[in-house]
Amino acid sequence: MTKREVRFTVNGEARAVLVEPRRTLGDTLREDCGLTGTHLGCEHGVCGACTVMVDGQPVRSCLMFGVQAEGAEIRTVEGLAAADGTLNPLQRAFWENHGLQCGYCTPGFLMLATWLLERGEPFGEEEMRHVLSSNLCRCTGYQGILDSVRQAARELGQWTESAPG
Amino acid sequence: MDGIGARLKRVEDAPLLRGEGRFLADLNRPGQLHMRVVRAAMAHGVLRGVDAEAARALPGVHAVWTGADVAEVPPISFRMMGLTHLDPYRQPILAQDRVRYVGEPVAVVFAEDPYVAEDAEELVFAEIEPLPPILSALEEPRDFDARHGTEAVVLRKGYGDVEAAFAAAAHVIELELACGRHSGVPMETRGALAFVDEGGVLRMLGAAKVPHHNRLALARMLGLEPERIHLHEGHVGGGFGIRGELYPEDALACLAALRLGRPVKWVEDRREHLLAANHSRQQTHRIRAAVDERGFVLGVDNVFFHDQGGYVRTHAVTVPDLAAAMLPGPYVWPAYRVAGHVRLTSKTPGGTYRAPGRYESSFVRETLMDEIARRLGKDPVEIRRVNLIPREAMPFDRRMDTLGTPLLYDSGDYHLLLDKALAHFRWDELQAGLAGRRAAGEMVGAGMGFFVEKSGLGPFDDVRITLDGQGNALLVTGAASIGQGVETSLAQVLAEVLGVEAARVRVVHGQTDAISRGMGAFATRVTVMTGNAIHIAGTKLRARLLAQAAKLLQRPEAALEARGGMIRAADGSGAEASIGTVVAAILAETGEEGLTEEGSFEAHHMSYPYGIHMAVARVDAGTRGVVIERLMAAFDVGRAVNPMLVEGQIAGGLAQGLGGAILEEFTYDAAGQPLAVTLADYAMPTASEVPPPEILLTEDAPSGIGFLGLKGAGEGGTTAVGAAIANAVSAATGRVVTALPITPGRVHRLIG
Repeated sequence: MTKREVRFTVNGEARAVLVEPRRTLGDTLREDCGLTGTHLGCEHGVCGACTVMVDGQPVRSCLMFGVQAEGAEIRTVEGLAAADGTLNPLQRAFWENHGLQCGYCTPGFLMLATWLLERGEPFGEEEMRHVLSSNLCRCTGYQGILDSVRQAARELGQWTESAPG
Repeated sequence: MDGIGARLKRVEDAPLLRGEGRFLADLNRPGQLHMRVVRAAMAHGVLRGVDAEAARALPGVHAVWTGADVAEVPPISFRMMGLTHLDPYRQPILAQDRVRYVGEPVAVVFAEDPYVAEDAEELVFAEIEPLPPILSALEEPRDFDARHGTEAVVLRKGYGDVEAAFAAAAHVIELELACGRHSGVPMETRGALAFVDEGGVLRMLGAAKVPHHNRLALARMLGLEPERIHLHEGHVGGGFGIRGELYPEDALACLAALRLGRPVKWVEDRREHLLAANHSRQQTHRIRAAVDERGFVLGVDNVFFHDQGGYVRTHAVTVPDLAAAMLPGPYVWPAYRVAGHVRLTSKTPGGTYRAPGRYESSFVRETLMDEIARRLGKDPVEIRRVNLIPREAMPFDRRMDTLGTPLLYDSGDYHLLLDKALAHFRWDELQAGLAGRRAAGEMVGAGMGFFVEKSGLGPFDDVRITLDGQGNALLVTGAASIGQGVETSLAQVLAEVLGVEAARVRVVHGQTDAISRGMGAFATRVTVMTGNAIHIAGTKLRARLLAQAAKLLQRPEAALEARGGMIRAADGSGAEASIGTVVAAILAETGEEGLTEEGSFEAHHMSYPYGIHMAVARVDAGTRGVVIERLMAAFDVGRAVNPMLVEGQIAGGLAQGLGGAILEEFTYDAAGQPLAVTLADYAMPTASEVPPPEILLTEDAPSGIGFLGLKGAGEGGTTAVGAAIANAVSAATGRVVTALPITPGRVHRLIG
């Protein structure tokens, strides 16, 4: 199948890759950009493990083709920590609250929560639970993930106390 | 500190949080081919032929194999030896003349690109002459083949005089109870990357759970000397019992690497996973209990039907065997008889899933106990008190075997845990509140399930520990990690025993070329078995360190203590030396590069943790959906190495138990076509369905097995969740829940 050149940025770095039009963004990031931190869990848009940010919105990278990302600004889990590897407040909260076990769903939850933390609108328990129920985790039972995002939101001034959801 | 009991943050986490994990799909080898499996589209039929010409002609396709190409490879055997009567039911790596479930491998494609491999898969045509599918283990057995029936075996166990119990009974309670078909469904699907290295050794990456066993099994299947094959575990995205078993795809990838002379990579997609990886849990029990006037159970007679699917896989009959043996759980039950009919059906074959056999049998047992209470007009808590095995009876001989070991409960104070759990859940206050809500028209209720778990399956575990002159420790084990935090907890055990800092312990696991034998990670065994092996090796190392430190510090050994990477005089004089310094002094004398000791721990009995689940469930009058308002696990773990990780295991287990109770189910249509082939159909709990877990962790009954009092925590989060939720829904609706999962359709049929 004929390949097409696509240009976008990932974590601020300009990329140009040659991909088949049918190649998913998830495969494009993993196989053509070498960014294997984004994991594919179902490839049919349910589990959210492959969530990345495209132009500021959380996107399931299995449901978007690489060629659709022409000109986009993409962010992946590899862009969260500092250059020296220091974890950001959200990653640190996951570490401190046992927010992961096997770690396979973790990049998707981190990117989804990053959107929630960066959208500039504080959130509470009910909304956090609603948004994070977009993604699946099979190890933690979610409590550690919720605790982690709550802690990060408090630290970053994005938390609002509300009736428990 | 960082020894046993510390809530240490995990050493595993930082790379996983940075996206630096090395899961199977992240690995590649130069020149690799991509494997794609062609799967049967019919549930049952005669395989007349496979036309692969169009696929072979597709550019980029390197080879396509059908059953004939692998006919000489023996089918996949069982992990337990001596089960030759089950041999006819083993699965071939590609179907030969029959297909027995939708998803069974019938051909395999090798191509230069994974997308091309999928294109080629669609061009392969398997001609299948349909046969009527078998859709229920309750159907009368038929022919499996010309010489064998579809009832592979009937398991019989028991003790005591059941006939006398029923003759003496004041009441006989009978129930028919069914558990649905579930599976572990880890977030990472399966995969393998097989290649032959420069030294001519076949290596398979993507191993998990039981790498050492699978190495030997693959060597036998492929006709290799064991030293010509090694298996390697990388990051593993969840196990739950199903991952790491030997499946057809592992053998196909290895065989292809040998035959085609190129690395072969296989990554399963999710639809394949739901069709091909082990299913579990589906059983129907017909149970009868003989009960006296007080509600004391005199005897139980149970017949159950286990839906094994199309073949008997690596676990053989482990799941129904555990269900049969562990059904009596925490109760005295002086007489018990069980017959477990293991029957082949036209579904994905079965194996273990977290708390195998116990999730099902706990639902049966605990529903029975509630029904006894209802029939006798007594409080379900009181019925349990009357029947629980008293502390004075420990250790308690269950008078049955399972997994080749006698079922001997090592320790437990069941009544104490019941009291603690009732107080923690505020059970009595809760009942008043729920009665008020029911009076106001809500369908809401509370239920409980008591269970006995098992952990620390032997027969052995080995470790080799090497200390260097910088105070670092290398711990090599034949155990495996499926993402549960093995590296952190084993480092903590070594820190406790040896005084080395946990942060300086590097754990190597799941590599068959690093240690000669190993049992792997299953049956909640690693912390107990490997932990005790570490104790043995660590104690030897500690003796050598203290002897050397005594010379360096001019103190008697008895006056020294090792903690936090230092050996100190206990007299407060400040005399101390780092463990690295002491090791360096020993190495200077011996001329060796590292100070090494090995430890081997053997156990012929398992240890038996126990617990209680409690739930509050509400039925939505409009949707008939079940909402779980509260969910608690009270669990006695003997001794927790890292309470944070134990709580994490339990919280995750609760969610999986909840999924099996109200959401998850593999269903089939009348032709045997599976109806749950995406994660939209196989509904797993999200953050919206799982309430904040309430966890009461106790250490009232340390294990008498081994040196450390440890019992395992891997499965107790799940075991009786289905039971507790079913009893809660029964209390909410006033009707006995007789089938899991309690879907809206089942609720509607229950309450009309």
